[in-house]
Amino acid sequence: KLVGVVGLEIHAQINSTSKLFSGSQVQFLAPPNSLVSFFDASLPGTLPVLNRRCVEAAVMTALALNCTINKKSLFDRKHYFYADLPVGSFVFSLFFFVVYSLFFGLFPLLFKNLLSPRQRCSTPFALHTEYGLTVHCRVQCRTHILVCVAGVGLVEIVMEPDMCCGEEAAAAVRELQLILKALGTSRANMAEGQLRVDANVSVHQPGEPYGVRTEVKNINSTRFLARAIDYEIQRQTEVLEEGGEVINETRAFDYKLGCTVPMRDKEGKQDYRFMPEPNLPPLILYDSKTLPANVSPEQVVSVDHIQEELPELPAVKRARLVDQYGILPEHSFTLMNEDGLMEFFQDVVKGTRAEPRKVIGWVINGLLGLLKLHNLPVSQSPISPSSLSELLNLLERGIISSSAAKQVLQELWKGEGKTALQVVEEKKLGLIHDREELEQICQSIIDGSQNEVAEIRKGNHKVLNRLIGLVQRATKGRADPVLVKEILKEKLVCNPRWKKKSINQSINQ
Amino acid sequence: LCPFVLQLQVSVALREGQIRPTELCHRCLSQIEETKFLNAYITVTEEAAFKQAEESEERFKRGKPLGPLDGVPVAVKDNFSTAGIETTCASKMLQGYIPPFTATVVQKLLDQGAVLMGKTNLDEFAMGSGSIDSIFGPVRNPWGYSKQYRGESSRREDPGWLIAGGSSGGSAAAVASLTCFASLGSDTGGSTRNPAALCGIVGLKPTYGLLSRHGLIPLVNSMDVPGILTRSVDDAATVLGVLAGHDPKDSTTVQDHIESFELPDEIAVQNLCVGIPKEYHAPGLSSETLAAWTRAADLFENAGAKVVQVSLPHTQYSIVCYHVLCCTEVASNMARFDGLEFGHRSKMESSTEAMYAATRHEGFNDVVRGRILSGNYFLLKQNYERYFLKAQKVRHLIANDFLKAFSSGVDFLLAPTTLSDAAPYLEFTKEDNRTRSAQEDIFTQSANMAGLPAVTIPLTLSTRGLPISLQFIGRGFQEQKLLSVAKWLEKVVKFPLIELEATAGNLQDAPKHKTFTSAL
Repeated sequence: KLVGVVGLEIHAQINSTSKLFSGSQVQFLAPPNSLVSFFDASLPGTLPVLNRRCVEAAVMTALALNCTINKKSLFDRKHYFYADLPVGSFVFSLFFFVVYSLFFGLFPLLFKNLLSPRQRCSTPFALHTEYGLTVHCRVQCRTHILVCVAGVGLVEIVMEPDMCCGEEAAAAVRELQLILKALGTSRANMAEGQLRVDANVSVHQPGEPYGVRTEVKNINSTRFLARAIDYEIQRQTEVLEEGGEVINETRAFDYKLGCTVPMRDKEGKQDYRFMPEPNLPPLILYDSKTLPANVSPEQVVSVDHIQEELPELPAVKRARLVDQYGILPEHSFTLMNEDGLMEFFQDVVKGTRAEPRKVIGWVINGLLGLLKLHNLPVSQSPISPSSLSELLNLLERGIISSSAAKQVLQELWKGEGKTALQVVEEKKLGLIHDREELEQICQSIIDGSQNEVAEIRKGNHKVLNRLIGLVQRATKGRADPVLVKEILKEKLVCNPRWKKKSINQSINQ
Repeated sequence: LCPFVLQLQVSVALREGQIRPTELCHRCLSQIEETKFLNAYITVTEEAAFKQAEESEERFKRGKPLGPLDGVPVAVKDNFSTAGIETTCASKMLQGYIPPFTATVVQKLLDQGAVLMGKTNLDEFAMGSGSIDSIFGPVRNPWGYSKQYRGESSRREDPGWLIAGGSSGGSAAAVASLTCFASLGSDTGGSTRNPAALCGIVGLKPTYGLLSRHGLIPLVNSMDVPGILTRSVDDAATVLGVLAGHDPKDSTTVQDHIESFELPDEIAVQNLCVGIPKEYHAPGLSSETLAAWTRAADLFENAGAKVVQVSLPHTQYSIVCYHVLCCTEVASNMARFDGLEFGHRSKMESSTEAMYAATRHEGFNDVVRGRILSGNYFLLKQNYERYFLKAQKVRHLIANDFLKAFSSGVDFLLAPTTLSDAAPYLEFTKEDNRTRSAQEDIFTQSANMAGLPAVTIPLTLSTRGLPISLQFIGRGFQEQKLLSVAKWLEKVVKFPLIELEATAGNLQDAPKHKTFTSAL
């Protein structure tokens, strides 16, 4: 049986106010060619000056991914002849961080709802500059070149081919996105192109060498990443099973068709004619031991200093959530994967007496379900944390049943500005606690369900639940389930203890 | 003609009111006009120069001149970017290109009140050693029009006009013909020292990293340095003081604070050790240059200095390695000239690729295209190790040769700058640019390979009346020491001032200057 082998090459745009080697601003959707310095336009005589912020962001990212960091890095030039690369060559650091990281070894990934422990993921790490964009305009027969983004710092992260399917790769990328966002080193938005993922996919018989791989590009979400990879594994498997051969090629994912198609080849193999960049001295990173005494901290980058400033990483945060709230690890993933959901959950917990493990169900199955259904982010939820807290308090105090609570949630979703209590009162969703009223209802159900009553009398007590359900239907879920059960048992089950209790109550009354 | 020859003298004269900046500017502009047959300038910034001179005059009137260069006319090689002033590199590729920014070293001159007379001629993109490969035509050596030379040559057949050396030939000719007091050149393999030597002036190549390269259109990033051309060693020291230091726009400049310095008038050489590199006894070295070299060594010895022979064993490999490294960087640096963002763009528009190819073919001369081709060849994956990497390794060995010589106790090296005095154009062009560059850079490029400072000074006149120069090569960042010994020798040899005699004959085939109205 053939299995898939997936590796990833990821480019993350560094979230920085200026470009890697020039003072130009970086901004999404800036007007064409508005953010171009003399260096970016490759005016002769301009020289690259390394942006400190980009180095720090790269170091911080590498530290978060548990990489070993080279203390000395050299910059290399790679040559292309693309119009959107004004210099005709671009500087990048070939040896910035050469690392074998156990980044995913530190924590499990939520993948196919299983917590799969990751063993190894080496991530060679490089600092690059962004290309420009070339826009071909068919009408005018002119090529417009946007060099706005040319020169933006990129972090390249390579994940070794030790993943087996699209969902696993998507989980790895989501984890990386979370880390980058937590660090603030990249906005990591795939749709805006701040994170670009190319997948290398091959199939082989387990135990045998890897098969011929294809590179899949043009993927702009983790969902499409998973689909593209799975499609590609399927396609390659079919090709091989039909006796064909997989060609080493670059393919693009067509999200409309849900399949990968061959991309036009870039005029065969390129020789990038690497050479050391002469205009940038080697980049030296320091730690607290090697930090020179006579240099001000603003002039150098200290790895230890950045390590101290590392924020709490998603894995740590998840562990803390599990520990603090007693929720399941899967739930901690869900909370972290949705922007703002964790904060929402924490706010609800603060405002309610309900147990966090009960709250999590309402947040994930209730609220998140509705958000997904309507394709809304947490920030646009019509239900605020406080109104969900209020609802859960009503539930907790036994004022409403959980099925009624679900109806209240639906009402609150309409966003009419009512409080949960108002909804309960208006819709008469409050639990019926009045014993006499409930006894009457129960009696009428008993009278109308002779078959079930006979079953129960024979000793099949499970049927009692069916009667409880009928009572709830009759009361639209408003009957206090504990009380209903008690009444039904009293009426149907010969239990002296129960009878005694009932007599005592009658006497008391 | 301006009555003052040296910047040091004219600074004093300006301060004492013997001459006003506008008057000085006017005299220099007239001298440019008088000597325009030399073709030293590509662009004369007459209007801007007058404006700067007027501003300078205001400062002198208020008694607040900016510094030693205030009001002093200077010229800048046309491969330094100047905001609002066309910067061509003597190439069709950049004809009409007006940079939006000014090179740091030029800005420093302007900030000190120096008056920019214009942009000087060069070999296209500074690739050459004769200043003959310029789209604006070749530069002529002012000494070819001197009494000293013409007096001698009247007794023999006229070999035609003489080359100025290169690639900063325009900057050298501008200073030698007294049209300005200092000029900027660039020195990648000897491009400042070579024309300075042939034009009989002082040419300083500072230590790599001492002066900012920001705005200098590169030839070889790892070897380029702005060069300083003046008529005296003291003047070179003054200009160096203004230009040296860290530039945030050039990451390869020194981080440490650099103090400007004045050279002492009394210089003691008796405790110094002068190294004579034996490998510089190269084939082709003229007997007159050799004699001048020997004489200089004797002068030092007689003054009590220790003169020793040293060996720089890898010298013989230097020029070929320089060629490989130069071409590779040229290939890389020239990739930016594609006709898109600036400069020449071909009319060929059938496709983007065709436009690139045509633009580059039309824009670059054969020399530039040849170096780009060889550079790309050296960088190919299969050749990288055989050429580029090997050349890099040899470069290390060459730098080590110098370090060893200095650590053996030698204070500086004394060597010829060029093989002989200036050649007539007709003779020089018997060989192609590649051959000439290899011959002419033989003594100069190893200082660039090692990043060391070197200064050439004229020593004497050859029998036919042309300057013969020698260079000192010093330890990195020891410019003060280097210039001090150069000044000592300068005082001892008393090299004569050029006696220009412009004749109508000179003017007949004079090329026309463009005058440029700038926004400066």
